[in-house]
Amino acid sequence: MAKAATAPAGAFFANWRQNIIYIGFVVIFVVFALTLNDKGFLNPNNLLNIVRQTAMIAVMAVAMTFVLSAGEIDLSVGAVAGLTTVTVAMAIAVAGPVGGVLAGLATGLAVGVFNGWLTTRIGIPSFLTTLAMMGIAKGVAMWISDTAAVPILSPGYSWIFGGGSVGPIPVLMFWMAVIAGVGHVALRRSGFGRKVLATGGGEMAARYSGIDTRSIKFKVLVLSSCAAALAGMLYAGRLQSGRFQLGEGDELSVIAAAVLGGTSLFGGKGTVIGTIVGALMIGMINNGLILMGLEFSQQLIAKGAIIILAVALSQKRG
Amino acid sequence: MTAPAPVAVRMTGISKSFGGIRALDGVDFEVFAGEVHALLGGNGAGKSTILKVLNGVHVPEEGEIEVGGQKLAAHSPEAARAAGIAMNFQEMSLIPTLTVAQNIFLTREARDARGMIDDADSVRRAQAIFDMLQVEVDPAALVGDLGAGQKQLTEIAKAISQNARVLILDEPSTALSVSDVERLFVFLRQLKAKGVAIIYVSHRMDEIARIADRATILRDGKHVITAPLADLPIDVMIEHIVGKKSKGLSDVTRGDATRGEVLLDLANVTGPHKPENVSLTLHRGEVLGLAGLLGSGRSALARVIAGIEPAVSGEIRIKGTTVAIRRPADAIAQGIALVPEARATQGIIPAHSVAENMVMAVLGRIAPRGIVDRDRVRDIADRMIARLSIKTASRDHAVSTLSGGNQQKVVIGKWLATEPDILILDEPTAGIDIGSKAEIIRLVRDLAQAGKGVIVISSELSELLTACDRILVMADGRAHQILDRADLDDPTETNPEHALQAAERRLQIEIQKALTIKEASHG
Repeated sequence: MAKAATAPAGAFFANWRQNIIYIGFVVIFVVFALTLNDKGFLNPNNLLNIVRQTAMIAVMAVAMTFVLSAGEIDLSVGAVAGLTTVTVAMAIAVAGPVGGVLAGLATGLAVGVFNGWLTTRIGIPSFLTTLAMMGIAKGVAMWISDTAAVPILSPGYSWIFGGGSVGPIPVLMFWMAVIAGVGHVALRRSGFGRKVLATGGGEMAARYSGIDTRSIKFKVLVLSSCAAALAGMLYAGRLQSGRFQLGEGDELSVIAAAVLGGTSLFGGKGTVIGTIVGALMIGMINNGLILMGLEFSQQLIAKGAIIILAVALSQKRG
Repeated sequence: MTAPAPVAVRMTGISKSFGGIRALDGVDFEVFAGEVHALLGGNGAGKSTILKVLNGVHVPEEGEIEVGGQKLAAHSPEAARAAGIAMNFQEMSLIPTLTVAQNIFLTREARDARGMIDDADSVRRAQAIFDMLQVEVDPAALVGDLGAGQKQLTEIAKAISQNARVLILDEPSTALSVSDVERLFVFLRQLKAKGVAIIYVSHRMDEIARIADRATILRDGKHVITAPLADLPIDVMIEHIVGKKSKGLSDVTRGDATRGEVLLDLANVTGPHKPENVSLTLHRGEVLGLAGLLGSGRSALARVIAGIEPAVSGEIRIKGTTVAIRRPADAIAQGIALVPEARATQGIIPAHSVAENMVMAVLGRIAPRGIVDRDRVRDIADRMIARLSIKTASRDHAVSTLSGGNQQKVVIGKWLATEPDILILDEPTAGIDIGSKAEIIRLVRDLAQAGKGVIVISSELSELLTACDRILVMADGRAHQILDRADLDDPTETNPEHALQAAERRLQIEIQKALTIKEASHG
């Protein structure tokens, strides 16, 4: 047993493994600030850039925190984001920005309901359901767009979804903050969040306590696809086009952000704040490694090593 | 009870079958408001089935349930809860990743003005319940970090927090200390005074004698008797519980034990939680039984010997040599094999074939250079199928296609393949039919006769009495006394069935005595 912690700060460090993400975030930030200052790491523009690049991952990772906490997984988020960029762009071309937004939300809802139905009613594990959906979503996106980029010619849409800024603050940062705030309160304080944590923490016990665990799992999968669709809408707005390649491979960064933040892959444990910090940390590492002038191959290796180190340090050892 | 108390629960003609086996057969069960009603019966008597029917987990095939004079509309946990029935599950309804307070009020949390969960309020109310019970449980602690006793208190707190009109407590005291049980009783008496009906299940006759007003005894899925406790002295209770359920076992003759050298010798062995200071000897050619209630440390002792939870102090000698058993591989190397309690999870891989399961513990020996020798697999499997007379379509059929008794034989065969000297069987007959039970017991006798030392753990006393040469009675992790099987027999009784029942009653009394001695030494 560690010595009794008297001050809150003491408690924070006594549980350092649990809080490794916050400590790691500060350490990496300081290291980059000291070594990369001359390359402009601390320049406000650079810092805001990190936020811009992280926002989509963060939005998806907040929903992923719910999915993982309920003991499920969603591998289709990156592909669904890509598909949504295409459906949004195509819908804007014929029906304007409002039609585009509706089409984007409909895409997420449709995929989520399908994922949830297959997982909770047919009984296919979410790992397989969403792995298959990853391919289907990408295939549909390539097919309907003929693998070509679909331009978005609506400045209003692009401003709201990703491109704009209020003064120096990018609109993307508002999206991230709103989703994070709603997600945090929902997971910590709402009855739904408590049921999600209970379902992942012990499904049998949750059922004995009167929780409809199938409905909870269905809902988190729908939530995840809708978040992926929102991320797709942000990608489309930021890049003013829909392309099937957007969001490709994001599922790994999304899951890594959640796990780095202290969410358990086995369910029952998750924090949205941790997830956001995890996403920002991944974005910051990406940015720092680029500023260091590492080649892409070296960046991949360094990023992988840092993630392994952080997760290894956070493991409880018995 | 002076005035006739209103009936809180009336169950009439309840029947329920599981796969052809009648677990409940037209059972009537009635509980008054404001009484503690003990529900008694041996293993498989139908206690937990009838409680699960009352609680809505099982749907009965026949019969009616009235709660507070109202017929239950539906059979579901929600309907039962709505009717005011609360039950503690044996740690089944706790979520390890949530805190104590969060678990107690799960789905019933207080909400603040904005509809958000007020955890601080849950902590306060949980603390109030624990204060009332005068027990120390931290409401903010994670359930996964708690010990068994604290988990049990959390389960009980969860049940009583529902302010139920009917409170079912299923073995609430197995992991509680004596003083905690006393405080629970004080609290139950308060609830009783408020008119709550309490159904109390326990194997501890001393507890029942102290807390219960009336008792209902079930046996083989049938109602035997309901009577005020004053009319049920302990020996009468035991007689009703035991009944004739030993039938079918009395014809297993115990061969003459030809005791050989000492195979296993424990001196003051203490495990990480249990057992405490246990000493015993096991001879070649002998079957030693471990008797005691749930939580008495029987399985923990087996786990210590098998190296799963290595001993923290004391000495283990095998054939006279002191050995260090720090992990299961050490025990296996010393010729110790443990046939574990949970067959489905710890014993077999159900989807794999009989042969594959049978060689699992000896793969190293039959796979020189890393390739499994298929001839030897076939040889071992066929030998074991013949030796244990396992009924299977072929050695290549999945174990899941076999009956429970034959699955258990596969597990035993798997460990016999390691050619152990010492075989420990933990509840070898749990969940198998009476015919296969007798066969397993006969097998245990045969193994002893073939020169092995066998330790058997069983909650079914008739089985212990049929299988064993000596029986160690355990309570609260300690060895209470060692009984010679022959001393439990009444030499004047000639009918073997009656003799077995008489012996079972004596053993029951010894087990109950061990509990009271434990209490005296603690209190």
